[in-house]
Amino acid sequence: MPADAIVEVKQIGKVYESGVEALAGIDLALPQGRLSTLLGPSGCGKTTLLKIIAGLIPPSRGEVWVKGKKVDGPGPERAFVFQDFALLPWANVLRNVAFGLELRGLPEHERYEIARQHIAEVGLTTFESSYPHQLSGGMRQRVGLARALTVDADIILMDEPFSSVDEQTRRKFQEELLDLLRHKSKTVIFVTHSIEEAAYLSDQIFLLSPRPGTVSRIIKPNIAREGSSPDEIRRDKNYLDTVDEIWQILKRYV
Amino acid sequence: MILFGKRIPIFFSLVIWFFIWEIAGRAKLSSIVPPVSAVIAAGITILPTAKFSAAALISLRSFALGMALALLVGIPIGVLMARVASLGKILGLWVNIFVSAPISALVPILMALIGIGENTVVVTVFLFAVFVIILDTQVGMKQADRSLVEMARCFGATRRQLYTKVLFLSALPEILAGVRLGVIRGVKGVVIGQLLIAIIGVGELFELYSQHFLMEEFWALVIIVFTFAFAVSEAVAYFERRVEYYASSR
Repeated sequence: MPADAIVEVKQIGKVYESGVEALAGIDLALPQGRLSTLLGPSGCGKTTLLKIIAGLIPPSRGEVWVKGKKVDGPGPERAFVFQDFALLPWANVLRNVAFGLELRGLPEHERYEIARQHIAEVGLTTFESSYPHQLSGGMRQRVGLARALTVDADIILMDEPFSSVDEQTRRKFQEELLDLLRHKSKTVIFVTHSIEEAAYLSDQIFLLSPRPGTVSRIIKPNIAREGSSPDEIRRDKNYLDTVDEIWQILKRYV
Repeated sequence: MILFGKRIPIFFSLVIWFFIWEIAGRAKLSSIVPPVSAVIAAGITILPTAKFSAAALISLRSFALGMALALLVGIPIGVLMARVASLGKILGLWVNIFVSAPISALVPILMALIGIGENTVVVTVFLFAVFVIILDTQVGMKQADRSLVEMARCFGATRRQLYTKVLFLSALPEILAGVRLGVIRGVKGVVIGQLLIAIIGVGELFELYSQHFLMEEFWALVIIVFTFAFAVSEAVAYFERRVEYYASSR
């Protein structure tokens, strides 16, 4: 295990009540301040693995360690961004973003002040008092991201956050995410089934094989992102090689 | 409503029916159908009487007490049945039997058990209203968005916060639908309970008017009770509509 791993997954296995084996013998070491991706075909248990790290689902075997502590449930050092946004439909953007702090019992003016900063970061200041059903999918996910940033967790877990967003919004969102994370030392664990998305965003990619999910390969794209425009990254040789390398492995599972 | 290309207020259909009623009454087609004008006149004379206000007061009190009990018992039981699987199975069958059962058949037994008085009416209202409230609350809690629950747990919600800040609000549209149906049934409970007992409240008045063949007063009372039931149910429906904007986006 590398010394700077903030999250360590040790021999995680998961068997569902139905008897289906979703994950077997997963080992991961996630370095601090990096974006790591769990990539695999649907049904490889990548979302299950993410929810085990989040403490939402107990594993059948193995352990997850976060910042030197064994995980036995959700914790304040981890925040989750959901595939279906999971916004409270009866609460406006401001209250949704501040919800994590509301649960922690922070007084209203304090939590709204913090929430407003993060709403500004994701560019939704003018929609502060809008309700989720008034927002587009992309805007809803910005709210989800702002909510995760507001609780100031070290680790952000993202479960296919852009999968229900159209392609243009998705690309813009990916760029903004990289931009946003560059200035914060957050550790991100990102689940996706998109090869391009994984190659574009990640410092480290864990390729999972389908049922039961195991880590079949670890890929480090090694793309020079500093000072490159998004289009330059997408034309970068390392980026294209990574996409190709992943595809060569994944197409065996299709 | 649109008639001959013109917008006409909904209550206009009431006017048409009252008009037909008036003609039928004046034609003396049946001795139990007096003209509507006479019924309204009778209504205006009975409304300020002490006898009516005493009857209305006792009926409203039974209704309010029975409904309060039904809400206080029904909503928590519905919540528990949704969240505790074994309890849902044990009680589910009974709730489903009672929600469709003709509760009026039980009123004579209640009279024997509790006595001939206001308490029996309160229990009748309770039994009429409680089962549909339980059932709808259970459905609402079961349908509560699973990912909202995961989200709340993820951000460190306590059990109490999970119920008060997520589950209850998430189930509110179904709970309110149950309350509205419960209120409508509760009004039936008051009238049927008092009719069967026949010595208190509005039931006593109904009995009095029909025995002495005071058809104008009888119909006036029917209209008053109908209006009350409609008004209460509309009041709940108003709250339902206010929460609907988010219910539709779930």
